[in-house]
Amino acid sequence: MSSIEFRKDLFADERDDNLKEIGKPTIRQDILGHVTGRTPYYDDHLFDGLLHMRAVRSPHHHAEIRSIDTAAAETMPGVRRVLTAKDVPHNLNTLLSLINFGRDDEPLCADDKVRYLGETVAWVIADTERQARDAVAKVRVDYSVLPHVLDVEEAIAPGAPVINDIYPNNTFDYHQKYDHQKLRFGDVNAGFAKADHIIEAEYQMSPIEQAPIETCGAIAAPETNDRFVCHTNTQALFFSLGTTAKLLGIASSRLHFIGGTAGGGFGGKVDSIVEPTAVLGAMVTGKPVKFAWDRYEEMQVGAPRGGERWRIKDGVMADGRIVAREFTGFFDSGAYMRLSPYAIIKATGHLPGPYAIPNVASNVYCCITNRTPATAMRGFGITAVDFSIECHMDRVAEAVGMNPVELRILNAYRDGDMKAHRRKAKNTALIECCQVAAGKASWPISADAAAQSSRVGGGTPERVAIPETSVDEDGRIGERRQGRVADTSPSKTPTGRVAAGTHREAVAGAPVQNPDMQIDADRIGHKMGATTSAAAPVAPQAAPPAAGPSAQPAPPQPVAPAEPTPPASPAPYAPAEKFSRGVRRPGSSPFTSGFRRR
Amino acid sequence: MAKTPVTFTLNDTEAALFVDPGASLVDVLRRGAGDLTPKQGCAQGTCGACTVLIDGVPHLSCLTLAETVQGRRVDTAGGLADGPALHPLQRAFIDGFAAQCGFCTSGMLMAAKALLDHNANPTRDEVIEAISGNLCRCTGYEPIVDAILSAAAQMRGQPALQQGAL
Repeated sequence: MSSIEFRKDLFADERDDNLKEIGKPTIRQDILGHVTGRTPYYDDHLFDGLLHMRAVRSPHHHAEIRSIDTAAAETMPGVRRVLTAKDVPHNLNTLLSLINFGRDDEPLCADDKVRYLGETVAWVIADTERQARDAVAKVRVDYSVLPHVLDVEEAIAPGAPVINDIYPNNTFDYHQKYDHQKLRFGDVNAGFAKADHIIEAEYQMSPIEQAPIETCGAIAAPETNDRFVCHTNTQALFFSLGTTAKLLGIASSRLHFIGGTAGGGFGGKVDSIVEPTAVLGAMVTGKPVKFAWDRYEEMQVGAPRGGERWRIKDGVMADGRIVAREFTGFFDSGAYMRLSPYAIIKATGHLPGPYAIPNVASNVYCCITNRTPATAMRGFGITAVDFSIECHMDRVAEAVGMNPVELRILNAYRDGDMKAHRRKAKNTALIECCQVAAGKASWPISADAAAQSSRVGGGTPERVAIPETSVDEDGRIGERRQGRVADTSPSKTPTGRVAAGTHREAVAGAPVQNPDMQIDADRIGHKMGATTSAAAPVAPQAAPPAAGPSAQPAPPQPVAPAEPTPPASPAPYAPAEKFSRGVRRPGSSPFTSGFRRR
Repeated sequence: MAKTPVTFTLNDTEAALFVDPGASLVDVLRRGAGDLTPKQGCAQGTCGACTVLIDGVPHLSCLTLAETVQGRRVDTAGGLADGPALHPLQRAFIDGFAAQCGFCTSGMLMAAKALLDHNANPTRDEVIEAISGNLCRCTGYEPIVDAILSAAAQMRGQPALQQGAL
């Protein structure tokens, strides 16, 4: 049998296989559809007899649902069905369960209680959107309002309300061992002890709504082959398909998802909420159903980039070398986990930023609050801590009286350097970026800084070494909380929380930290000593160290004042807050306990 | 509920529809007349994605009652091209990378058309003013403003402006 001859010569002039496109303007392939208005977004698929589905939403941040009365709504004109939690076949999920990460913690429709303002408690399906809205207003929900918490550190403080029994400590559990994601590289306390300056500051980022011009929405309809088609603007088509199959208890092969066109997303369309909702509507009515958020819902219940709070403490030598850097981070996951625990893993892998620092430690907490659940948005997990790190670099430069660009070049990682997460840095370019940026900004840098290269000086034995890591008897890195053992099973009682940095001493009434970003100079900024800390809302005296003075993280160090009007004589540095909240043993640093692993 | 007959000119074509009292023009254009080019982004008159021209004047079709266009002329982005020949604005948006997700583009084009129809040589500030009711979240406004100025130049018989030359 002779082989088939393909006449490739007929199409030979269609492509030249020259794929060198970088630097050349290339017309988007979809732009003709955009400028003619013919690009098909999900809502441009018209269905006869389309029904409209609207959600009944919680007016409370946190409340028990005593009862739901749908009788009045069901008799409203045009209403086909009113649905509640009991109509969702498998009403518990977490997005990343599809990659076996985290515990199912979120219902598609709240059943026993609501955990954030705007959470779904019921749906109405009606012939027109207006009829659906009118009927939504007739659903009566009897709530018993519960105390709520909107601040990450209040959420993990002793006595904080337990928001979700599935995570009874209001934090995600990492590696079945920790209530935070942990990074240890070297010994930060040894670094602080030898540093000439200690510079601490706190940074707070607000939640940010992605605000696409096209709101999240989906249309689902029964097909003729016992499947359901779903037109959606999701950014995660197969995640949405899998999530829908799981929540609705149907085979994924019965779902025909069509997407690919989103009117803006920016991360706000990955949470797979509208798709299972619309398909549920199509399943119970046998009709095409549209479920879309209006602008208010997009802003109120659409998951934003979560707020983050970062504390950074640097130990710096007089010549600008950073010898220790310590982070405490708090991610505001909102009421459910979704993608925030993953964002923290990303963030921790990114620490301590693009710098070669021999001693790095970090504890990052994924905190549940009664805020709208957070999700993806453009580099989430990285952007906020990067902003904090670079602000902090400027503070360090100020404290040591150094050109901030030269400080970055001095500390930049170079090819071959070991990063804190035990990967060698490759293809580094921070030095070159700094040089180009300085040039473009006409910012003078020294001849020495201008002569540096990312390819030179890295990977020396000193810069490539992985310091030994201390672990305790149970194989846990660094500190652990007294009496708490590895346990991933959900506990039914709150274990109580100790605010970070208090060494197990609860700070009563820890102040809310400027949620509206009004900068309090005493709270956010250099902690230079008595002159500034005297008026600080968190008085260090409120949290005496649990152990003796020998366990102080660093001896008092004089710090050069950097403010325009400095005190006449610099006050000695006194740490405003301790970093560790773990068990401290006399003579040990707060970060080490137990034996050392070789 | 009794429906209201409405007849109007939609992009040179006569449209005759029965509409629900209180129905918005964007809904009637999309689901009644089948012109899907106006987009609904907010339904509260803030985003501009639904911008259409009524007798040449830009209107937010989400806030316009369909019944009020009786006997009037409605132009949408669906009528911009002349068959396969694109309007200079459309061409300039393509050449100037003035669209990414495309959801705001229909409204942007109509706001720009309304400007160029009565002002062949607008200043940059006038262009910015003309699209000030149209929100864009991806592209950024600079390429859009550049594209509108470039289209204006072309429509005056001048060569298209180079990107970044403005």
